Amino acid sequence: MTTFTPYSALFGGFLIGLAAAMLLFFNGRIAGVSGITSGAFPPWQRDGLWRLCFLAGLIIMPAIYQSTGAKIELHIQTSIPVLILAGLLVGYGTRLGNGCTSGHGVCGLSRLSVRSLAATLTFMATAALTVYLTRHVFGMGA
Amino acid sequence: MAKNIAALAAGLLFGLGLVISGMINPQKVLNFLNFAGAWDGSLALVMAGALLTLGTLQRFILRRPTPLLETKFYLPTSKIIDAPLLMGAMLFGLGWGLAGLCPGPAMAGLSFGLTENIVFVIAMLAGMWFFQVFHDKK
Repeated sequence: MTTFTPYSALFGGFLIGLAAAMLLFFNGRIAGVSGITSGAFPPWQRDGLWRLCFLAGLIIMPAIYQSTGAKIELHIQTSIPVLILAGLLVGYGTRLGNGCTSGHGVCGLSRLSVRSLAATLTFMATAALTVYLTRHVFGMGA
Repeated sequence: MAKNIAALAAGLLFGLGLVISGMINPQKVLNFLNFAGAWDGSLALVMAGALLTLGTLQRFILRRPTPLLETKFYLPTSKIIDAPLLMGAMLFGLGWGLAGLCPGPAMAGLSFGLTENIVFVIAMLAGMWFFQVFHDKK
């Protein structure tokens, strides 16, 4: 159970947009996390360290935030076999479709890319249908 | 060097956005996707905030001939809506709906070292590797 948090959602979204704008302004790069991740590790490493630096920032920030005493809610209730299947699908699918929530959903849509709009509508609809089927038809939790 | 510092700063800010918006929590994401259940619309406002901010700033950024630290902007050039795009988006959506984790929050969540999170990220990297080996090579 989570509650609707409009103000923190808007402010968090503002920060994500600002981060993407920064990466574009300084490095000329799209802040798509699936693309950055897939290009960050050998044997596919393409162009250096900036990808690992971006990911390092992404990974250490929650720890920094929590070290100030603030609490972060993070619950994963999915079973390990389902997580493995989901991870494989997310990894393969984001490469085949060339982007994820950040690359297509934020960066692509902000450039008014029709291709990204098609991708975003497709993955949103598929994800919502998947949640509907798993939670309401096959009854894996409410 | 400056490029790497800028990327680190952007990553930190991106991570802060995921934390403050609550999107780092897969439960909150799943509840957005759960239209027939206890719906939590927060994710829509995260997207709206990000789109308004980036959309506005981008207008000024892309007026420059080059980025500050690079020789060109690396923007996607493809405009076609083809089968791989839609098929990839469907596979991604299926995985996203199963676990509530997409690449950004999955990477940021590694901060806490949860076994479930680490397993997901390893599987995700394996999925990317499968694509590279079995699909991209063709």
